[in-house]
Amino acid sequence: MGPSAFARLLRPGQLGRAAYVAYCVAVLIFLFAPILVIVPLSFNAEPYFTFTEGMLRLDPEAYSLRWYREIVENEVWRRSLVNSLIIGVSATVLATALGTLAALGLASPAMPARRFVTGLLISPMITPVIISATGMFFFYSRIGLGQTYLGLILAHATLGIPFVVITVTAALAGYDRNLNRAAASLGASPFAVVRRVQLPLIAPGVISGALFAFATSFDEVVVVLFMAGVEQRTIPRQMWAGIREQISPAILAVATFLVVFAVLLLAVVAWLRKRGGG
Amino acid sequence: MSHQSRERRRAVGLALPLLLFIVVTFVAPLAAMLVRSIHDPAVVDALPETISALEGWDGQGLPPEEAFAAMARELVDARADRSLGKVASALNRVQGGLRSVVSRSARSLEGVSEGPWREAMAGVHEAWSDPTTWHAVLAAGQRFTLRHYLGALDMRRLPDGSLARQPEDRRIYLPLLWRTLAVSASIAVICLVLGYPLAHLIAISPPGRANLLLALVLVPFWTSLLVRTTAWIVLLQRQGVVNDLLAAIGLVGEDGRLALIYNMTGTVVAMTHVLLPFMVLPLYSVMHGIPPQYMRAASSLGARPAQAFARVYWPLTLPGVGAGTLLVFILAIGYYITPALVGGSSGQLISNMVAYHMQTSLNWGLAAALGGIMLAGVLALYVLYDRLVGVERLGLG
Repeated sequence: MGPSAFARLLRPGQLGRAAYVAYCVAVLIFLFAPILVIVPLSFNAEPYFTFTEGMLRLDPEAYSLRWYREIVENEVWRRSLVNSLIIGVSATVLATALGTLAALGLASPAMPARRFVTGLLISPMITPVIISATGMFFFYSRIGLGQTYLGLILAHATLGIPFVVITVTAALAGYDRNLNRAAASLGASPFAVVRRVQLPLIAPGVISGALFAFATSFDEVVVVLFMAGVEQRTIPRQMWAGIREQISPAILAVATFLVVFAVLLLAVVAWLRKRGGG
Repeated sequence: MSHQSRERRRAVGLALPLLLFIVVTFVAPLAAMLVRSIHDPAVVDALPETISALEGWDGQGLPPEEAFAAMARELVDARADRSLGKVASALNRVQGGLRSVVSRSARSLEGVSEGPWREAMAGVHEAWSDPTTWHAVLAAGQRFTLRHYLGALDMRRLPDGSLARQPEDRRIYLPLLWRTLAVSASIAVICLVLGYPLAHLIAISPPGRANLLLALVLVPFWTSLLVRTTAWIVLLQRQGVVNDLLAAIGLVGEDGRLALIYNMTGTVVAMTHVLLPFMVLPLYSVMHGIPPQYMRAASSLGARPAQAFARVYWPLTLPGVGAGTLLVFILAIGYYITPALVGGSSGQLISNMVAYHMQTSLNWGLAAALGGIMLAGVLALYVLYDRLVGVERLGLG
C-alpha cells in the first residue's frame, strides 16, 4: 500500500494504519454482508432464515436444494421469469437503439441546446420512481396502455435510457472526430460513417449501456406494481409479494440466482471497459 | 447548405427520435400527474346542476331552493348509475363525515318525488341545514383547485376563504417531508463517513488489489435492490443472523433481542447500504486522479499529516464529496421500496405516502400533489447537481 494520508492522520506508525485498514474492511463487510448471508442460507434444509446448528457444523444433512427445486417447479416463478425477459429484452432494444442515436447527436459540437437536452434525457434516472410510476399510471391508462406489455416496455425503456445515453456519451468522449471527416472524404455517406466507422468503435460502450438498461428493467418493481396486471407479473413483483406476504426461503434461492446474474453482468461490463468502452 | 447547418441538422435528427420518445413516455406522464393535482372533476361531473346553482348563491345562510332540488335529483341519479361512491369519497375528503350523509340521503330521497326540497332534505339529514355542508360541496365542485396542494402542505381553507394550518395533531405531510429530508441528509453523511476512507484505500492500492476492492463495491451495487432488502430482513429480524450472533456471544439475552428492522433503524441501515456505492464511486474517480506526489510534496515542505490532509488532499477531493453527497441525498429523498419493506410504521418516508394514496386510500389528487411537491424539490436539486458536477458525469461504476 502506498503512503496513506489517513493512516498517518490517525496516529503515526503501524497502529494508525492498521486501524484505518480495519475500518475499511468493516465497511466492505457491511457492503458484502447481504450477499454473504443470502447465498448459504438459500441452501438451508429447514424453512428458517438463520443458520441452523447443522449448517454451522457444515453438516451436509443441513444443506439441501429443496428451495431451488421449489422455484424451478413453480409455475408462477417460471411465468414471471418469462415476463421479466419479454419486458426486459424489448425495453433494452428500444432504449439502446434510441439512446445510442441520441448520444451520437449529442456528441456533435453542432448540437443546439445540448445541456438542456442531455439533462432532459437523463432526468428519468434521478426522478423518484414513485413519481414516474404515478404519472405513467395516469397517462398510460388514459391512452389504453394500462396493464399491457407494451405499456411496461415503454416505461422500462424510459428508465433505462439514461444509462445508455451516459455510457455511450462516455465512449464517444474518446472518439476522434477526424475519423468522420476522413470517412466522408473517402466518399462514405453520413449513414455509412455512423454504421461502418463510429458504431464499431463505440460498441463496448453501447453494450455496457444495454446491460445497464436490462439490469434496470430486470430489477424494477414500482412501475410494475402500479401498472402491471396479474398477467404481467415479473420476478421483482413476485419477490415483492413474497416479502410482503410471507417470506419463504424460496425467495433466497431466487435472490441467489439474481446475485449470480449480477456478478455475470458486472464481469461482462468490466471486460468491455478493458476493451475501451463505457 | 453550409457544412455547419448540415452538421446541425444531422445532430438534431439523431437526437430527435429519443426526444420525442421521452416526451411521450415520460414528460407527458409527469404532466398528466401535475394536471391531476389541480384538476378534479369528479364532483362537478356528477353534480353539474347543483354546482351551477351553488355558484349563483351569495354564500350567506342556506343556498336557494333550486340547489336543494338539483342536489336531490342528482344524488338519486348518481346512486342509480353507481357513481355515488366516487362522489361521496370526493366530498368526504373535503369535509369528513359527508360520505355517510350523501349515501344515506341518496337512499332516502329515492322515494321522494316532490318538494319543497329544502324541507325534504333537512328531513333526511340535518347536515343539509348547515351552510358549511354546502360550502364544502361548492369547494369540492371546483373543476380546477389548489386544495390538494393545501392538503399536502397540511393547510385548509376556512369558511371565510382564508388559509390556516391544520391543528398540530392533524399535521401529517409536512412533518413527514421534514423527516424525509432529515433522514436523507443523515444517510448522505453516513455514506460519506463510511465511503471516504474506503474510496481512498481503493485509490492508493496497487492496480490488482484496487480492482478486487472495486469489485467488492460493485457486486452489491449491481445486485437487485429487492435481493439486498430481503437480505437485510434476514440479517436484522428478531430471529435473524445479527440477533442470533449477539445472543450467542451473550451481548443480549434471549428476551432482549433488538428491534433492528421494521422501524427507522431498518430503513436507515438498508438505505445506507443501497446508496453507499453511489458515494464511493464518484469519490474514487476523483481520488484516483490526484497524483500521490502532492501529499509527498506537502510533507516534505514540513506539513504534518493532518495539515497535509486538511490543506491539500481534502480540498482536492471536494468535487467528489459534493457529487457523491448530493447524489445520495437526491436518490434517498425518493426512496420507496426499502422503507416500504423494512421501515415498519415508523420508518416510512414521503414516497410511501404517495403510494398509500395511489393504492389504498385512492385519493389520487392528493397523491399527485405530493408527487408534484417532491418533483419540484428533486428537479431543483438536479439542476444544482448539473451546475456543480454535470449530469453526464453521473457515476455508474
